[in-house]
Amino acid sequence: MFSFCTDPATLSDLPWMACYLTTGKHLNFYWAFGTVLLLLAITAPAALAFGFAGATAARSRFVPLSLLGKTYIAIVRGVPDIAFFLFFVIALDQGIEYLKHQMVCPDWDQPIRQGNDFIVCQAAKVPLGNAAQWVHKTYSFFVAAFTFAIVFGAFAANVLYGAMRAVPRAQLETAEAYGMSHRQTFWRITVPQMWVYALPGLSNLWMVLIKSTPLLFLLGVEDIVYWARELGGSKTPRFTDYPHGDWRMWYFLVLLVFYLAFTRVSEVVLDRIMARLTLGQATTGGESQRRAQA
Amino acid sequence: MSCTQTIMDYGLRSLGYGERLLPRSDFTLCQQFTLIGSGLIWNVYFGVIALAAGFFLATALALGKGARPAIIRKPSEWFIFVFRGSPLFIQFFFAYFLFLSLKSVHPVFDPFSSAWAGALVVLFFNTAAYSAEIFHGALKSIPRGDVEAANAYGMSGWPRFRRIIWPTMLRLAWPGYTNEAIFLFHATTLVFFSGFPAQQQKGDALYYARYFADQTFNPFISYPILAFYFILLTLAIIGLFGLVNRRLNRHLPPEQRRKIRLRPNLIR
Repeated sequence: MFSFCTDPATLSDLPWMACYLTTGKHLNFYWAFGTVLLLLAITAPAALAFGFAGATAARSRFVPLSLLGKTYIAIVRGVPDIAFFLFFVIALDQGIEYLKHQMVCPDWDQPIRQGNDFIVCQAAKVPLGNAAQWVHKTYSFFVAAFTFAIVFGAFAANVLYGAMRAVPRAQLETAEAYGMSHRQTFWRITVPQMWVYALPGLSNLWMVLIKSTPLLFLLGVEDIVYWARELGGSKTPRFTDYPHGDWRMWYFLVLLVFYLAFTRVSEVVLDRIMARLTLGQATTGGESQRRAQA
Repeated sequence: MSCTQTIMDYGLRSLGYGERLLPRSDFTLCQQFTLIGSGLIWNVYFGVIALAAGFFLATALALGKGARPAIIRKPSEWFIFVFRGSPLFIQFFFAYFLFLSLKSVHPVFDPFSSAWAGALVVLFFNTAAYSAEIFHGALKSIPRGDVEAANAYGMSGWPRFRRIIWPTMLRLAWPGYTNEAIFLFHATTLVFFSGFPAQQQKGDALYYARYFADQTFNPFISYPILAFYFILLTLAIIGLFGLVNRRLNRHLPPEQRRKIRLRPNLIR
């Protein structure tokens, strides 16, 4: 990275550290933090969308749709955490390959399940066997993101379902008295007002989502846990220009601090959003804000 | 080989007794049930001890967080924040490598680099922090009338705490605490998933379930067995905590009693 890094063995502590922390692998490590943030940036809105869809489906007056929504919420919330992450990724992977197999290779005569193996034709592999490394990485990342979105979507659906029911009945009756249709009442009264009831649950969910990102490691994505273990292990001069002892403790300390800082920032931001949402609402919080201003 | 023979051989395998080699091929259902059940001993060990010890630390932390002097309040708040604000997975990794480095400083830390002590310490601190937050919430919602009545009877200090505040706090916190206990047991499966090594293949239930899933490439048998055991464990916890809940609520009219409701939770 820096011009003076050509022979690290001769450097003193500070420049050595500067060189060490800017090696190619370390840059990958820093990118991995970006991966975590990207995962959160994709998963959070996706889970909210799944949650909204699930909650509206569960509320629907059309029975099959409402059953579908309720089943989704119940199944995902009922299955233990890690099991779902370990299972769903395999199931999704095999499901996609199976569907593609049906389309690409219609004249394949062997069974797909041979004992313990899952075999589809070469052209149906997702991604294709000869695809570039980054395609494989991106694919596994999106499978992981999708799994996160499904799981957290169910939890969000549960929160939103409760929040929609928490909107005071009088508000809806007023809307009906003004002659609003069912749809109008939902979009103009329920949805804008439900957020203040949903936010405590959603912020809790967000904290859990932040804390569950190390699971990416279990899903085979090269995330910060992977790199911390990789970089921290002791290195001998034979394999690297920067030999050092076992530094994994320090790397994990960095991760710990990263998560703590992230949680703290989230807490502060969510408190502000809560204060903003409470403004003018028919709740005790809104009432005390009004008093404070008066 | 009969199933009783398998149970004799592998029933205590996770503790290092019985047959040394794990089965390598032709896995029977009996073998899977026995080994995974044997691994469950570790989950119960971690869960029970961490929960029992964590209960006392949690009470202390909850009182600390509610205390007025900053010198007591701040450390409790920080402790709770550190353990609730970071993933348990990372805590395990960090603790393992920390104990590994401390090992070279002093032989006292030797046992902590193996799971039975090291992971137990992490789980103990972790559950103490989570429970302390629940207890703190309960402490804040103790009805003012109860405390005023205690004052009127001339109680203060330790007697008031032991006879009025503490039982009421437990009663209010118990449904949440039951939930915490259940998910502490679920969290014990992370121990051998993170840094801590399973020496001589002495692992917990998930360790053996993974072993079978890896050997047979078939996750659809061993993981459901694991789930079955954990459902049993969860039911046992709910039953046990339900008894305590009944005792804590025995002076209340039936309609005021707080019921335990299972609230599914995600990873911590």
